[in-house]
Amino acid sequence: MEAVKAIEMKQISKDFGSVQANQNVNLTVYNGEVHALLGENGAGKSTLMSMLSGIYTPDSGSIFINGKEVDFSSPKDSIDLGIGMIHQHFKLIDVMTAKENILLGNSNEKGLFINNKELTKKIKAISDQYGLDLKPDKKVYEMSVGEKQTLEIIKVLYRGAKILIMDEPTAVLTPQEIQRLFAIIRNMKEQGCAIVIITHKLNEVMEISDRITVLRRGESIQTVETKGVEVPALIEMMVGKKVDLALNKTPATYAKKVLDVDNLWVSTKDNKHALENITFSLHSGEILGVAGVAGSGQKEICEVIAGLIPAEKGRIFFENENILGKTPRDIIRMGIRMGFIPEDRLGMGLVGSMDIVHNIILKDYHSQPGIFLHRGKSAEIAKKIVKQLDIQTPSIHYPIKKLSGGNIQKVLLGREIDSFPKVLITAYPARGLDIGASYKIYDLLNEQKEKGVGVLFVGEDLDVLMDLCDRIMVFCGGKMTGIVNPDEMTKEDIGLLMAGGTAEGGSNS
Amino acid sequence: MNFLKITKRDDLPPKKATAIRILSILLSLVFAGLVIAALGYNPITVFASMVKGALGSKIRLQQTVLKAIPLVITSLGILMAFKMKFWNIGGEGQIMMGALAATYVALKMPDLSRPVLLLIMAVAAMVAGGIWAFIPAYFKGKMGTNETIFTLMLNYIAIKFVTYLQYGPWRDPSSQGFPKIPSFSTNAILPSIGGVHIGWIIALLLVALVHIFINHTKKGYEITVVGESVETARYAGMNITSIIITAMFLSGGLCGLTGMIQASAIEKTLTSSLSANYGFTAITTTWLSRLNSIAILFVCCAFAVLLQGGAYIQISMQIPASVADMIQAILLFFVLGSEFFLQYKVNFHTHAKKEAN
Repeated sequence: MEAVKAIEMKQISKDFGSVQANQNVNLTVYNGEVHALLGENGAGKSTLMSMLSGIYTPDSGSIFINGKEVDFSSPKDSIDLGIGMIHQHFKLIDVMTAKENILLGNSNEKGLFINNKELTKKIKAISDQYGLDLKPDKKVYEMSVGEKQTLEIIKVLYRGAKILIMDEPTAVLTPQEIQRLFAIIRNMKEQGCAIVIITHKLNEVMEISDRITVLRRGESIQTVETKGVEVPALIEMMVGKKVDLALNKTPATYAKKVLDVDNLWVSTKDNKHALENITFSLHSGEILGVAGVAGSGQKEICEVIAGLIPAEKGRIFFENENILGKTPRDIIRMGIRMGFIPEDRLGMGLVGSMDIVHNIILKDYHSQPGIFLHRGKSAEIAKKIVKQLDIQTPSIHYPIKKLSGGNIQKVLLGREIDSFPKVLITAYPARGLDIGASYKIYDLLNEQKEKGVGVLFVGEDLDVLMDLCDRIMVFCGGKMTGIVNPDEMTKEDIGLLMAGGTAEGGSNS
Repeated sequence: MNFLKITKRDDLPPKKATAIRILSILLSLVFAGLVIAALGYNPITVFASMVKGALGSKIRLQQTVLKAIPLVITSLGILMAFKMKFWNIGGEGQIMMGALAATYVALKMPDLSRPVLLLIMAVAAMVAGGIWAFIPAYFKGKMGTNETIFTLMLNYIAIKFVTYLQYGPWRDPSSQGFPKIPSFSTNAILPSIGGVHIGWIIALLLVALVHIFINHTKKGYEITVVGESVETARYAGMNITSIIITAMFLSGGLCGLTGMIQASAIEKTLTSSLSANYGFTAITTTWLSRLNSIAILFVCCAFAVLLQGGAYIQISMQIPASVADMIQAILLFFVLGSEFFLQYKVNFHTHAKKEAN
């Protein structure tokens, strides 16, 4: 290739204590190239990029930017060399305008006063050059997710970035917004920028990237041309072995309704509606998926069913009894079990510093007689779950936070399943898990479905939702925009519903 | 730029952890020795007389135990709150309110039989201390107020209130104008066993009880879960407000009991200086014990030796009180500082590339 090497990282190693995050990693990115950094969670993608943006310093190895060796001691050094990082979680200030956010932390600005006109002109120039669309005086809190991301991109371009690193840029976007983002990326590529995308979504990698570097357990496995590679081969590189990713979906029986949600409204603290007029039924023996961009009401629907947050109005029938207004403890007793996995896995549902036994005991210690805590039965259950679900742990008396994500998840699901639930609510049960572990979790859910459990599955990866679920309920901004049969719909159709349906147009301008 | 490389330790073998702790204590002694030497005293002599002053004779040993008792009981109270990550800085105030309630009972009913009177005093003290801790717990549960500030401020209210009583309504008319609350009747004074009031038996019993409560009861389990993750507790259907309030009531109750013991056995009345900083010192000892009730016993005894030894060298060697305070502070600084080395590994960073550029 005749292009100039924008980034060259050679034999980079970095360890955190006993964890070898990167080991002899090599990465070369050319100008005018979209390069995907692919790997499972914990493969070392973020660490590598953090070294490129000056947040960490490598233990050994060298970094060349535009052919010159560099030694970053702070993120500023990296920014000065034209490297811009767009984080997964936007780093914007809500009450400020786009323009003010662009100015923030910009050390190149000389003088005391802001030259408003020139700034607007400059932003306009950048927007035109890369085909971006942004209103400089719009406040961040009025922006859609897509607009915020555009702002993040302009922010780094304004600082003169020619090398862009994007950390999971599509996680919060609808399929339509993703297409818009890809158009922007292609535009930047034509302008000669070098772009690195960190992701684990294989379909997107195939669509947007020119070359792919796969990381596995801190090592760079291979760099390949996207054109010459197929998805299964990529998975094999990521996982290190062949993985069977077929989900065995048996038709749902829809035997009887176990959960009937009727005209449910939930309001947030600031009197907005987190859920508006939600009506649906969950049957025994089905997996009902919940799709939507992050923050569309998924958390609220789970929590309101579990009795953790109050509803404004509406009814939730569980086997012909209205459970709205009951305490979580009553709901647990009735057989509704929730395995709720927020972003912080150990934040709700498990106690990280405690062992498996004490996490098992969490849900039923209260029904024990007397004031003392009896661990015997829970220890037995713990042993059983460890065996049945093949949990890798030194013992049942080992703090669960030291286990791997997949094993932690198995402890949680194992506990919920062991109580023979009638309804199982799972939110993002595979988040942060590697591919193999994710599919084990999906298999477990399928098993529950076959046993006649009604499973509500909140997911984020549309491909998985469509493979796993019998029906998919789509949320947008707290409203339900449809319940669809995944066999009769395309991903794009669901994407439209996620954006609020055609009637209301896209959420982006 | 990056000379030091600090990394988090994942698994420190227990042996190494103990070694680091012991090393930190030794280092603190060396450092304290240097300071003492700089002040013109012989460090070896000073340390030796501290030990002698704390443990050297029966009377001195008794004095040390007398200091350990309030420290142990207050620490157990603080542990109850800290286990829940409720930062109770209000031990002082809770001790005071406990002492105040006990004093009220002792002065109102001086002629009750000894066991009955002492029992009523203890119950009154625990309820009063408990209420003093319940107030911030209630507001935290209902309104999410910050307990650190709240409990701290309540200390001053309690202490100043006792001062007011001492100078005003409760002043002993027979004390010839001296601002003092009347002394207790003999029935209101704790009996002694082995030359020390029975507070030491109470303290030992409480160590065992708190250990069982935290580790083997449902309530103790709930408190631990709330401390680790409020969200998980909510999810498991626990009534968090009620758990916080119960635990804080117990926490304040134990501190209140300390107040009763100090008023009854040490001061034999109520004074505004009765809490003697035990409420604050207990925060340190509880933390050093890593929220383990058995460890509290040992840490508090070690602290009592330090307090008593410090008091002794003031008298015997005419060393200023501040030197004893300094030794204490140095020890604390090193021991607490060692926590950092228990959690992080520090390497000197050799950046080979540096010279090449």
